[in-house]
Amino acid sequence: MSEEHYLELCENPVQFENASSVNNVFFDEANKQVFAVRSGGATGVVVKGPDDKNSVAFRMDDKGEVKCIKFSIGNKILAVQRTPKSVDFISFIPDYPHLECSQECKMKNANILGFCWTNWNEIVFITDQGIEFYQVLPDKRSLKLLKSQSVNVNWYMYCPETAVILLSTTAQGNVLQPFAFKSGTMSKMPKFEIELPVVPKPAKLNLTERDIAVATIYGQLYVMYLKHHSRTTDSPCAEVVLYQLPREGSCKKTNVLKLNTTGKFALNVVDNLVVVHHQSSQTSIIFDIKLREPDCALNVHQPVLPGRSIHPYRIPLTGPAAVPTQPPVPCELYSSSWSVFQPDIIISASEGYLWYLQVKLPLTVNLLQDKGKLMDFLLRRRDCKMVILSVCAQMLNGGDKGGLPVVATVFDKLNQVYKEYLEAEQTYTVATESGPSRGSAARERPVRTQAVIDQSDMYTHVLSSFSEKKDTCHKFIIAVLMEYIRSLNQVQITVQHYLYELVIKMLVQHNLFYMLHQFLQYHVLSDSKPLVNQQLLHTAQLFHESTYPPAHQLSLDMLKRLSTANDEIVEVLLSRQQVLGALRFIRSVGGHDNISARKFLDAARQTTDQMLFYTIFRFFEQRNLRLRGSSSFNPGEHCEEHVVYFKQVFGEQALMKQVTV
Amino acid sequence: MLMISPRMASGMQEKQYTPSLLSFFVYNPSFGSREGEEEKKILFYHPSEVEKNEKIRNVGLCEAIVQFTRTFCPTKPAKSLHTQKNRQFFFEAEDSFWIVMVVRNPMVEKPNKDGRPPTIEYQEEEILDTVYGAVLRECYSMYKLFNGTFGRAMEAGGVELLMQKLDKFFYRYLQTLHLQSCDLLDVFGGIAFFPLDKMTYLKIQSFVNRVEESLSLIKYTAFLYNDQLIWSGLEQDDMRILYKYLTTSLFPRHSEPELAGRDSPLRPEVAGNLLHYGRFLTGPANLKDPEAKFRFPRIFVNTEDSYEELHLIVYKAMSAAVCFMISASVELTREFCEQLDGLVGPQLTLLASDICEQYNVNRRISGPDKEPQFKFIYFNHMNLAEKSTIHMRKTASVSLTSVHPDLMKILGDINCDFARVDEDEEIIVKAMTDYWVVGKKSDQRELYVILNQKNANLIEVNEEVKRLCATQFNNIFFLD
Repeated sequence: MSEEHYLELCENPVQFENASSVNNVFFDEANKQVFAVRSGGATGVVVKGPDDKNSVAFRMDDKGEVKCIKFSIGNKILAVQRTPKSVDFISFIPDYPHLECSQECKMKNANILGFCWTNWNEIVFITDQGIEFYQVLPDKRSLKLLKSQSVNVNWYMYCPETAVILLSTTAQGNVLQPFAFKSGTMSKMPKFEIELPVVPKPAKLNLTERDIAVATIYGQLYVMYLKHHSRTTDSPCAEVVLYQLPREGSCKKTNVLKLNTTGKFALNVVDNLVVVHHQSSQTSIIFDIKLREPDCALNVHQPVLPGRSIHPYRIPLTGPAAVPTQPPVPCELYSSSWSVFQPDIIISASEGYLWYLQVKLPLTVNLLQDKGKLMDFLLRRRDCKMVILSVCAQMLNGGDKGGLPVVATVFDKLNQVYKEYLEAEQTYTVATESGPSRGSAARERPVRTQAVIDQSDMYTHVLSSFSEKKDTCHKFIIAVLMEYIRSLNQVQITVQHYLYELVIKMLVQHNLFYMLHQFLQYHVLSDSKPLVNQQLLHTAQLFHESTYPPAHQLSLDMLKRLSTANDEIVEVLLSRQQVLGALRFIRSVGGHDNISARKFLDAARQTTDQMLFYTIFRFFEQRNLRLRGSSSFNPGEHCEEHVVYFKQVFGEQALMKQVTV
Repeated sequence: MLMISPRMASGMQEKQYTPSLLSFFVYNPSFGSREGEEEKKILFYHPSEVEKNEKIRNVGLCEAIVQFTRTFCPTKPAKSLHTQKNRQFFFEAEDSFWIVMVVRNPMVEKPNKDGRPPTIEYQEEEILDTVYGAVLRECYSMYKLFNGTFGRAMEAGGVELLMQKLDKFFYRYLQTLHLQSCDLLDVFGGIAFFPLDKMTYLKIQSFVNRVEESLSLIKYTAFLYNDQLIWSGLEQDDMRILYKYLTTSLFPRHSEPELAGRDSPLRPEVAGNLLHYGRFLTGPANLKDPEAKFRFPRIFVNTEDSYEELHLIVYKAMSAAVCFMISASVELTREFCEQLDGLVGPQLTLLASDICEQYNVNRRISGPDKEPQFKFIYFNHMNLAEKSTIHMRKTASVSLTSVHPDLMKILGDINCDFARVDEDEEIIVKAMTDYWVVGKKSDQRELYVILNQKNANLIEVNEEVKRLCATQFNNIFFLD
């Protein structure tokens, strides 16, 4: 069995000096920085961030064991906690003296559990008796207390993306109190209770931070609770319960992810997918909370894909000890020394690596047989475009099982997303055109995600090459093209002419003129000038009209419906030597004063019908007379040879008498 | 037996007789070229009870006329022979195979006083060559649709087989010919297309494609609604004759049970199938019947080139009917029919109600369309599309027109004039009865309008027709 390792560790991990007796390693979730503190900082602190910009190295005095160390946002101020009561600050503002200060927590007898930066100069202390919100004033070497709140705290959790701190309160620890921070303000959000599988008696701390994670999924903040199985309840397997934490209003339990096993788990969120790692089986499974199971109760989810282990990772040996030919060492996955952080970070402190977890979409496509479900899944992923297009191509070329109904489902799903984007774009355009006067007009331009797969994408990457396949039955190709056109029509998207051209090309290639004809009759291939031109081109070049005479009538009808193509109609009629018909047509639409006399006379001459030539010639003489008061042609009209011919055939006296003024 | 249907004319005692079929025969001159073997030429003769020598004489006369006229134009021998009492139509259906139809002219019987026998007046100019020539060609096309060509029958089983086939087919078919109600529409032999919006049309396309994909035995599909064509996988000429068969023979035969109530004995067993309204119009009436036979009519298409013999399965749900055509070399089984029923039935039921709904929506949008004052017939040679507001209902037995036969005759005459020249033209006729009749030909299209405006002049009539073109045919290109 080929293992589809659809999860992988990123190729360029953040490397740092591994943890040891002399080197302490800290991770700051807010700035995603790893701190390697050697000998309490005296022999150096090396900070590695996701990119080189965030990497700093410095020294500081060893004032005791470091418990926690974090930069404020933008690396402006460093906070170091060494004692349970106080935090030290060092300013890193450029061109500023290296000022230092220290702050003790306000509450008596309180112990600082930790601290979080919420801004470049705002910090929150979490103590076992509450939280304290400070502003750091580096120039005054002091801190100003902005707000505080007292509450018994077991442990806390911080979500830097949304600047929300979650406090575990009560004896069992299962009542969570969130606080939200925003530039100098602290707001208390409604608290909520996590339902525990068993309520211990007497009450003791039963919910630990290991079983809780906070992350944003599809733009919403969720608290994820890893609910282990218990013998007393019916569910023998562990599950993840999701609580949605809205900005306004109270928190509610929204989703349940069924893990179908027990043991030790860790959670990540990657590309809005909840990844659950299972240590004992060394596999991971993923959940998409927007993917509804048809046979499950609402919002109970099964894994999208079967469990697979993370793709094997090899650690390249670097440094002076490494010999170039030495093969890289396989890295132990799901190691007990791993630490997992939200949303997508895995750290191995003992080896000195920080990885980002990634989903390899191309490897997921074969694991999900249901193409409709696969599309639903793919359309919500970040880098999905090429994967979706390749699934489409594969579906069409592989002589696949599902056939047209599946093709139709897939097209419908793609076009639904496409249509929603077009509509949003439309509303935006209307809103901006009507001016910013309206209060709500300050909308943002809709973002075109990769999931928006338009007609040109489909054409370029899927349909054009598919239609050229020699080994595929043309009937199937046409059916697929028509299915795509149907799907576009269903959501009222205007079909681009190149799709019609593709259909016409196929039909013409296989001599299916009657089919083409019927399509045109029902306006399925809606008129557009390129289409008519193509049609005419085909008529003229490929079958010289004789093989399929109706093509002529069809194209004239289409031109008529366009109502802006009078010139083309004249051209078609002239090419068919219907000179009089052309003249009568242009007169009926009132364009006969502007047409070129020479063009009509040329055409009349070609018919070798002398009476026709006479009639046409006479018409233009009369036009000249009416427009200019003289029946003779202007030199600019280049009709001299026709005048000569006319005299030759009908005699000079046949020319209209010049009217003398 | 002659079918003469008298029609009362305006005069109290006058009796009017419509045109009727006198005889119909098929012969091949090369089969009995030796003296004394003339009878061998005759492959089919109706009425069969005619004495042998008379048959030979009649065939011989036709042969002679054709042969004689050939000397003037070798490529176009005579097509018809006009006599006082009747008119004969000649048609060389296949190489040396001739079909002849003799039609008795319409006549008026005027009673005489004093017990003298009534005078009979033949109206020899009343019937049109084009109309009956087309009827004759259609006879052959219909034969060919169900029996293949004469030539193939000869190859398969010689003259005997051919004669057998001819006898079997024409014996019944000629009874359904109603020569008195033939008119311009027979000349066109057109197809009425069901007007439909693009989206519903695409849904039907999608349906056809899906069924053809999952039941790969199906070679061609045709889709009809309300007896009007929406989609044909067959080529135009084959579809034309199949359409004729469906709308004048098969559908009318099945419409009665459909109109009948649920409990009516006419209604076929709907063996507990409440999931959909699909049923077979050809083949088994009831799938659940253990005795059911899975035999379908066979048709022959593309006889010019690939010469295909096909099973014709006609399946219907509500007003939507679908023809599935499958190679005759495949034997159709109960399993296949059940599969088809299970697959097509529910989808077609849904689609039929979709179409119905869409159709009603469109009708509402276009407004309560009172029948326009115009009576018109439109025909497009290119796609065989025909539309008539003159004919109320056309079935095998009757063709009800809402205008006087004299006007229909004028239409036919105009059509003959159009056929003579290639150019686009327009003909306006003031009929005796104060009607105006306008014929218009543009490229492949023909339009005939009957206007009932006593005091209108030529210019007003012309304007009126222009208005009609603008409202009814704004989508298509009519040259003025």
